[in-house]
Amino acid sequence: MQRLLVLGGGTAGTMVVNKLRRKLDPADWQITIVDQDDKHLYQPGFLFIPFGIYQESDVARSRHRFIPDGVELVLGEIDRADADAREVLLAGGRRLGYDYLVIATGTTPRPDQTPGMLGPQWRTSIFDFYSLDGATALAKALREFDGGRLVVHITDMPIKCPVAPLEFTFLAEADFRRRGMRDRVEITYVTPLPGAFTKPICTKQLSWMLDERKIAIETDFMVERIDGEAKKLISYDEREVPFDLLVTVPLNMGADFIARSGLGDELNYVPVDKHTLLSKAHDTIFAIGDANDIPTSKAGSVAHFAVDIFTGNFLQHIAGKPMTGSFDGHTNCFVESGDGKALLIDFNYDTEPLTGSYPVPGLGPFGLLKESKQNHWGKLAFRWMYWNMLLPGRPMPLPAHMSMAGKHQPEQAATAAMRGQ
Amino acid sequence: MTVTTIGTAHVHVDAEGFLTDYDEWSEDLARQLAAQIGIELTDAHFTVLRFLRSDYAGQGETATLRRVSTQAGIPIKELFTLFPGKPAKKMAYIAGLPKPVGCV
Repeated sequence: MQRLLVLGGGTAGTMVVNKLRRKLDPADWQITIVDQDDKHLYQPGFLFIPFGIYQESDVARSRHRFIPDGVELVLGEIDRADADAREVLLAGGRRLGYDYLVIATGTTPRPDQTPGMLGPQWRTSIFDFYSLDGATALAKALREFDGGRLVVHITDMPIKCPVAPLEFTFLAEADFRRRGMRDRVEITYVTPLPGAFTKPICTKQLSWMLDERKIAIETDFMVERIDGEAKKLISYDEREVPFDLLVTVPLNMGADFIARSGLGDELNYVPVDKHTLLSKAHDTIFAIGDANDIPTSKAGSVAHFAVDIFTGNFLQHIAGKPMTGSFDGHTNCFVESGDGKALLIDFNYDTEPLTGSYPVPGLGPFGLLKESKQNHWGKLAFRWMYWNMLLPGRPMPLPAHMSMAGKHQPEQAATAAMRGQ
Repeated sequence: MTVTTIGTAHVHVDAEGFLTDYDEWSEDLARQLAAQIGIELTDAHFTVLRFLRSDYAGQGETATLRRVSTQAGIPIKELFTLFPGKPAKKMAYIAGLPKPVGCV
């Protein structure tokens, strides 16, 4: 009997066990998945909680519901993985042996990593929205906020869902307008990047949107500490940004057991081949989803497209054959822009987000890199797709590899983005 | 990609002036690259540059500020003092490495 052990029952891990349980004969393969609790959270939904659009019941389900028959779900805390002995030790002493290990333990906001963040102002005037608790606490703070300086801040890259802080900013701005208090709020977007986003065409479009909404942007800002008493962010080069309400994205890090096991980089991400997701150090370990170090967005869409490629590769790998699937870094994100509209971006390792239509060239129904109501409804509809199609590993009508069909070439796109179309 | 002359050396650079050939770099060239952006190199600078060079050789990517700080034990604050303004970009430029890619 061969043993496949999957660590992490989030988006990527759940998809993997669903897909591989159908492919691996139960007579030959035992599949086990480990998570620390039985609560599966639809993380893209966290964005809507601060605005009272979603509640906890909209984003939380039991993990058990999504784990297929024939896969054992073990609830427990992971202490360490021993790659040489091919076993994982849980807190409490239980040992789980494996022939192949898939690490899918994601990435987590770590407010403890920035001095001053977890002080007395935490969840009083300093909030995050990448956790259910944080997003819920922020909903109350936003309702009670009646003006002043709102600062939306990213500590360092990479972060999961890198467009979410921008979406939060757009949604907050629209919300203040709706409540008739926009003129009493100063909004500043503070980023360690040199612009609103990393890719030039997309940055142009998003900068224009920030500008249009009178949202100030502070770039190249690497936070050193937060002075909670004086309520300001202080950077390594001694710039200061004062706030009344700070919505920060803390440093994101992979799971601590990865560091304890000697399997991670400086942020506890597992170094892998970016096309096969096989560990660079151990040929019995894969790392998928946010847990690895591939140079693309940490996002559910990446996990989805990557798992599609991974499944075939895994079957080849265990049969001793070369892996022929090659993941291209395909990412696809709806970007909420407020007032019931959203943008859609679609890109990969080599191609930056461009304008155009998706998934059908010329028809869409989704417009790339421009605001539309369809994109917003697409984003909301995706929650249903997530629970009912994506997690159970059912086929989705979206190819894993990015396609250039329907996309405008960079010169055209640059011109369109400049015009704000 | 173009060839440019820095001091007496002919080197290959990209559109922003970053060296594109790892092996065309030397410590002497680094001094001249640094001078072009107003930095005079000291031993403290060279400690950072040597780490960046060897780390790149192993990883195939330019180290981030956080990586330099955790792996080489040089505080981020010091990197801002040594390479004021945009340290990650300046360090890569002087070390003859690709501009660090911000993850998306």
